Formats: sequence, structure tokens, C-alpha cells
Amino acid sequence: MVKAKILISGNEAIAQGAIQAGCSFYAGYPITPQNEIIAYMAKQMPKKGVFIQAESELAAINMVYGASAAGVRAMTSSSSPGISLKQEGISYIAGARLPAVIVNIMRGGPGLGNIAPAQSDYFQATRGGGHGDYHLIVLAPGSVQEAYDLTQLSFDLADKYRIPVMILGDGILGQMMEPVRLSVLGSRCSGKHQVPSTQHLKDWALTGCKGRKPNIVKSFFLREGALEEANLKLQRNYEIIRKKEERFECLFTSDAKVILVAYGTMARIAKSAISQLRSAGKKVGLIRPVSLWPFPQKPFNLKNKNVKYLVLEMSYGQMLEDVKLAVCGRQRIEFLGRSGGGVPNEQQIIDKIRIISEKS
Amino acid sequence: MIERIIIAGSGGQGVMLLGKVLAQTAMLEGKQVTWFPAYGPEVRGGTSHCMVTISDQEIGSPYITRADTLIILNNPSLERFKGMISSKGLLILNSSLAKIDADTKIKILQFPFTDIAIKLGNIKVANMVALGYYAQVKKIIKVKNILKVFKSIAPAGNLKILEVNQQALEEGARLNHG
Repeated sequence: MVKAKILISGNEAIAQGAIQAGCSFYAGYPITPQNEIIAYMAKQMPKKGVFIQAESELAAINMVYGASAAGVRAMTSSSSPGISLKQEGISYIAGARLPAVIVNIMRGGPGLGNIAPAQSDYFQATRGGGHGDYHLIVLAPGSVQEAYDLTQLSFDLADKYRIPVMILGDGILGQMMEPVRLSVLGSRCSGKHQVPSTQHLKDWALTGCKGRKPNIVKSFFLREGALEEANLKLQRNYEIIRKKEERFECLFTSDAKVILVAYGTMARIAKSAISQLRSAGKKVGLIRPVSLWPFPQKPFNLKNKNVKYLVLEMSYGQMLEDVKLAVCGRQRIEFLGRSGGGVPNEQQIIDKIRIISEKS
Repeated sequence: MIERIIIAGSGGQGVMLLGKVLAQTAMLEGKQVTWFPAYGPEVRGGTSHCMVTISDQEIGSPYITRADTLIILNNPSLERFKGMISSKGLLILNSSLAKIDADTKIKILQFPFTDIAIKLGNIKVANMVALGYYAQVKKIIKVKNILKVFKSIAPAGNLKILEVNQQALEEGARLNHG
């Protein structure tokens, strides 16, 4: 019998992962399909922590801005239209070099769209989303266990690099339940009210300046040259992150003739197709980016010119652009995507691979 | 081994709970499992459903396009999901609230789960009659382990609830032999 596993949804796993990581401030506003995160936080936030159901998404993200400036681990969550509303605040947080965790459990768009699972916020998540030259670290869990683990990691990365980190999932990942082992990852600290171990390193935080020089947290730089200076600091930080924080999973890539590229729920469906194809002797593999920014470059560095890539998305060719940049013209790239509630299924993937394999 | 199950009925018939108990039992037995609910706007009298996949290997897609087993508790659900059963699949039907033509090509096993639940004194446990029946027919999860799950999730201090669910489960498991 497997011990110490519990059956929870992706949304609950994210919330529990955040609490485990020492998140002591959460502000959010309800929206399907991520309401279980708010509900869980409302019930389970430790007594010394703060849970707020804000009056709007704008208020929620700006509360996170404030809490983070004060040095605590802070998180907000929403789904696509709500994340659009938060973009101004996210840009400010990035500009002010503050850590924060933002969860987007994507639904169909554009506009109010629908509540079906989708991956159509990839551009928004990886290209900045709000105004200005900035990036978020973007992590895409592929299972409920990974949702739990990556949420913990996201708080560590946010503190380490002073950068907002986004957990990017979709309605299926948020809603489905899977067995999860609630293990503690990384440099978690113990104690009643888990104060993060990196807390003492936050010498930039607004904690009261008695006996020291006041800290200033801002994203507003009027003096000539000051903004460029601040931006270059951001860029140097991004360069380090690009080098050190690529995350991905590779499956059967060494002998594969066709390599599927998919993240999150789409990668799960791809795995189902691969297990069918492999048992029929077809050499098909998978690259699953886990960090969407920085987008993994290493797994695409394949010598075999005859390999073909098939990019799969629950959107119309967004990650495709990053795959094209990583492959850099060395191999052929094909695409299969559906959106707005449509999800490519195993059979559609298998049919597409057949068509690709027949092309010379 | 991979078993893909779609459970569907009307809002209030406990199809989500049925699926969760099934999934928890599979987890207890050390199997891989996913549970995926319909989370859209559903209406009373319409359909509500969830998808459970059980396997001894890593599960890919939690979304089921071809079900090995359909557990159907009312007529609107039958209409909506009967096309999603695989050619070798099994349809378990609540004949109290759903009727199907005898000439369909799929394998059908039907019992009046709702009427059985009424006889037990609580119409709400029709779902557990169906679960007991499923467990005994497919033998993928064990009835004794479902009982363990009941005990772990039943509200404390309400032994009657536990008792009637247990009766329903055992009654369902007996149907196969009858």
C-alpha cells in the first residue's frame, strides 16, 4: 500500500504547496476554474497569515505588491480574464524587483471566453503581459504532484531572483484530482508559522527603518538614465535565470523520429498517444517544457537532421514560436492545436503523426 | 491494466462522490488514478459527470474519449454519453430512471439502483448501490477497501450515514450473484 498520499485537485495542491512554502499573504477574487485555490486559502491559511477576498483583481494584485514589499511571501491566483486585469500590477511588481507568485489556471479566450481548459495565455505569460521590458519565470505543471512541488519551488525562485513567478495551468489541471505526496521540498524552514529561510536576506524589504537607512521600493524612475540603469539590472538578472533555470522532461528523444513538444495537460494527452504508438513500434518521443520562461533550449539541440517536431497546444501556435527559435531552422516543425474549449485528443495526434511520417 | 470510467447522472445523485470514492479506493490499493469532474454550469434534472482513470502505470490524459465502463444513473446522461463507450465496453445502467433499447450492440447490465436505495430507506445512496455493483462486476477495486474509504471520509458522529452507505454498497455487490 502506498503511504501518505492524498487525493486532491490541482487547485488544492497549488494552495497547499503555497502554504507549505510559507506563503503568509494571499489575496484573490473568484473566477472559474480556479475557485478551489481561494476556497482552500480561505480555510487553511495559517492563523498568523492573511487571507483576503479582494474587491477586484486590481485590488488583489496591488495587495500582493504591498505585502511583498513588506517582505512576506505573497500570492494571488486567477484565470485568464482576471489575469489580464492584473497585468498593470504585475508589471509594477516586476519593475520594483519584488518576488511574488501569480497563478493562472487558464480558460478559453479571448474576451470573457468560456470556462473550458485552454493554453491560450502563453504569449501573455511568457512575453511579459503588461507594459515594459520584463519577464516572469513561468512554470507549467503537468500533474497534480508537480503543481504542488512547483508552487513550493516558485516561492524560492521568486525570493532568490526577486522576480514574480507565474504558475501556468489550465482548467483540467486545476480541476482534476490525483494522488499527491505532501513532501516538503528544498530549503523549507520549520516552526509554527513557517517563516521562509530567505526572509533574513530580504534587506530591501520595508520592515521599518529604525536604526538603518530607509529602503525604497518603486518602479518609477524619473532621473535621467535611472530607468535605463534599473532596466539593465533586470536584464542581467534575466540572463542569469536563462542560464540556470531551464526545466524540462524528455521522453524517448534519443531514438525518436518524431518528437512531440507539449506542456501541461497537453503533454499528458501526448503521453497517452506515445504509449499507443510505441506499443505499435513507432519511434515517437516527447519534449515537455516545464519552465516556459526561460524556454528550454538544451533539449532541442539534436544533431539528427531528419527528426521532425510536432508542437501540440491547446492554442493556435503560441509556444510554436519558441520552438522555432530553439530549433533555429535545423529540423522541420509541424503543428497541431485547438482552442476555445477544443482539446486535441490522442487520435488526432496519432493521425497527424501518420501524415507527417508519410511526408518525406 | 487501464480502466477508463465515465460516471454520469443528474445533479444531486452523487456521481461526483461515487467517482471520488472509486478514485480514493484505487489510490488506497496503490494504483495510479485520476479523477476529472465536469465543472461547467450544470442544471438540476440535467447531467453531471466525472471521469475516473485507473491504471498500474503512469496515466496520460485524464480526459476520456472512449470509456471502458459507463455508469449511468439517469436518462439525459444516457443520451449524452452512450456514444462514448468503446466497442468492448460495459454499460451499467440505473433502470429505475433510464431505459435503453434491447438491440444495441454494447454489453449492458442494468438494475434499479434508485428503487433499491429507496427500499434501504435513503434514495441518496443509489450511487453506492451502483458502486458496489461495479466493484463486484469489474473486480478492479475491492469492496472491503471501499468500506475503508467510507470510514475515512464519513462525517464524524453520524454512524447512520455510514451504515446506510455500507448497506447500499453491500446490496450492490450482491446483485451480481443474484
